[in-house]
Amino acid sequence: MDVAAGWDEDDATVTRKTTGPATVENDMTPMIDVTFQLITFFMFVLNFSEAEQDERIQLPASQLAKPAEGVLETPITMQLTATGGVLYAGEIVPVDQITTPLRREREIIVAAGKDPKQATVIVRADGRASTGDVQQVIRACQEEGFERFALRAHYEPE
Amino acid sequence: MPALPRRRLEKVAINMTPMIDVVFQLMIFFMLTLNIIAPEGDFDIRMPLGKSAGQPTEDLQVPPIKVRLDAQPDGSLAGISMNGEPVADFNDLRRRVAGIVDASGAAADDIELELDCAYDLDYANVISAITAVSGRIDDGRLIEMIKKITFAPPSAE
Repeated sequence: MDVAAGWDEDDATVTRKTTGPATVENDMTPMIDVTFQLITFFMFVLNFSEAEQDERIQLPASQLAKPAEGVLETPITMQLTATGGVLYAGEIVPVDQITTPLRREREIIVAAGKDPKQATVIVRADGRASTGDVQQVIRACQEEGFERFALRAHYEPE
Repeated sequence: MPALPRRRLEKVAINMTPMIDVVFQLMIFFMLTLNIIAPEGDFDIRMPLGKSAGQPTEDLQVPPIKVRLDAQPDGSLAGISMNGEPVADFNDLRRRVAGIVDASGAAADDIELELDCAYDLDYANVISAITAVSGRIDDGRLIEMIKKITFAPPSAE
């Protein structure tokens, strides 16, 4: 080991002496530029993909689901699991008790000086959830004065 | 008198190595935490209270299309019917709706469709039905069909 290292050193010294400059200065600027671009890209993608996503919900697929145009005005997300609960603020609320959190959402919207009729309720329901539960949630939203609904699905081109 | 020798400006070499280390660490962190998720889209439905009960408030020139989706006890689709007639599958439903839309011409935007679904039906079938009636893709181009979709009140559990 020692012998090999010593030989390498000697050899390097000899080479440097015979072939000219010992160090070649690399211009690091382009590499750092590209790396920062990459980091910026990943930061953006990460923020968008984590919004409103929950792995407990497997959305149904559709080839016609339009990606949202721009940012929805005062969106409220109702996430329905396959077993029939609504994910709200990190907890599973039974479908028949969703009125209380919805009323709170409504009060927040009214307090902000906005009209609940203009708010959009995003329904992110699992493909295996029963339709009756989804309709109950929609009904509860309607009773609180919400009119606009966006049924969310995975966009899947054929 | 000889000129004084000008002092050469000394270049200060910045050590880039720690910065590059940190930058690569950051990049690896973001690459590992990135989970690629299929893009999501919406079906926008405007449904005020009262309209869902099959009471259209606007004057309609064309009577609403009623689509019934029945379910097996396990939630899978048992059958589709449109205005009382049995429909083979969602493609058949799309063809029939396209026929009605094409025949009604300019009034096509006013056609209303009411979805009447069994309580236990898997929600994925509802999205398939909405996909079938809301548009079709011809030569890679989307042709919109029904824009007004309502839900009948949920039938008995």
